[in-house]
Amino acid sequence: MTKNILIAGFGGQGVLFTGKFLAYAALLEDRQLSWLPSYGPEMRGGTCNCSVIISDEPVGSPIVTEPDILIAMNRPSLDKFEPAVVPGGEIYVDSSLVDRKVERKDVTVHYVPSTALSTERGFDGIANMILLGSVIEHSAVIDKKDIPAAMAKVVSAKHKDLYEFNIKAIELGYEFG
Amino acid sequence: MAQKVLMKGNEAIAEAAISCGCRHYFGYPITPQTEIAAYMAKRMPKIGGTFLQAESEIAAINMVIGAASAGVRVMTSSSSPGISLKGEGISYMAGCDLPALIVNVQRGGPGLGGIQPSQSDYFQATRGGGHGDYHLLVLAPASVQEMAALTVRGFDLADKYRIPCMLLADGTMGQMMEPVLLEESTGEKTEKPWALTGTGMKRKHNIINSLSLTPDELERWNLDRYRRYAEIEKNEVAYEEYLCDDADVVTVGFGISARVAKNAVKAARAEGIKAGMFRPITLWPFPKEALLARAATAREFISVELSMGQMIEDVELAIKCTRPVTLCSRVGGMIPSPAEVLAAIRAADARIKGGI
Repeated sequence: MTKNILIAGFGGQGVLFTGKFLAYAALLEDRQLSWLPSYGPEMRGGTCNCSVIISDEPVGSPIVTEPDILIAMNRPSLDKFEPAVVPGGEIYVDSSLVDRKVERKDVTVHYVPSTALSTERGFDGIANMILLGSVIEHSAVIDKKDIPAAMAKVVSAKHKDLYEFNIKAIELGYEFG
Repeated sequence: MAQKVLMKGNEAIAEAAISCGCRHYFGYPITPQTEIAAYMAKRMPKIGGTFLQAESEIAAINMVIGAASAGVRVMTSSSSPGISLKGEGISYMAGCDLPALIVNVQRGGPGLGGIQPSQSDYFQATRGGGHGDYHLLVLAPASVQEMAALTVRGFDLADKYRIPCMLLADGTMGQMMEPVLLEESTGEKTEKPWALTGTGMKRKHNIINSLSLTPDELERWNLDRYRRYAEIEKNEVAYEEYLCDDADVVTVGFGISARVAKNAVKAARAEGIKAGMFRPITLWPFPKEALLARAATAREFISVELSMGQMIEDVELAIKCTRPVTLCSRVGGMIPSPAEVLAAIRAADARIKGGI
């Protein structure tokens, strides 16, 4: 099985971090993977995206042009990538920031008001992880049991509080969408 | 047991260089390869090595000349415009027969160009890039694992043949993360009796120099160098073939282009088209003989490149123009999608089946 995942949003929303977390989880599962960031000026604001491929075979091109899973964290990202999603694919939308519905009828859509939730529940700045929780819940792209170990890889031991914070945000995401 | 870790291609180069004994790095930052310098800046002081951010690329390559002359493993890295600046120094290194690793994580050009991936420095890399008759030994990695492995290989070959070696990557290879197994690789040890290590009053002093005003002497130096080049061409050619044995249409591409082509070849096979992929790992020496052998059965070749068509000339030369070669490319930082390569494969297949 190969999952082509495209994560897109504004610079600063944690697009690359979200991808990195998925990549580490896949590494722990001893699967093949690639993680490719956009590394242009978009990293300093503007739109930013990250291709993650998780597979049981060696990964060919690391560039995701036809995602199985699209995580759209803002309107420009949904506008740009909605047409590229494969028929039968999945789109996860931060519905607090995206003011329209997905037009495609041949994909499964999950709307999660993750930015609003993050503010409401005291998880400021990690709406990305709430949205990712929904992805993990519905897509089974990674195994839930690998989450703590993967988080330990991306959040340094010095920031124990951030570790807990991110895990709780993912768990909150399970309940929505 | 060694464990797989996630690393960016740029970081893998730096770690692999350290693992095989490189303790001297001289460079100047430029996107998309700056992680190499950043990694070296962090690691070198801890292991007694030298990291030096020079005042320019030109200064950096001249520091490489100095360290290489002293016989130590040394490297520099840059991206396209920076490599042009190093060109003079690289020619001097070729003229002095100095081994070192030069990494080019290519970006779009010409001029300052952009910062997105490109392979448009192919001519520059494979034809030397500076003045005079010379080659670099050019290695083209297509994964993070190969970024590490070919770094070690590059140092080994540079030492073995006294030749500057270039690792020719691109922005995607530098920026992407993949699992990599960093084996304890020390590479091969080559004695360097020619190095400037001090005579200890026990031997005649060595001279490292690219200047000779005596034409017959300079001719002899060139001929000697080309004898070594012939050895490299005989011994060090490397390539990968994928589903080529019965293929009518063969894509040829290196680095990121090969990975895109591989997806397209798989998709073509699913449609019943006999497609295959040929990936040069050494760009100089180019795998001419293997490709010519392939031309005995393949009917058409497609050169997949991030350039306006540079490697395609080597493909045509290798197969002695016995088969049609078409170009499938994007430039300026764009990368062809597997669908674009698949369309080129379908078109070639239709020509073959149509008997055109």
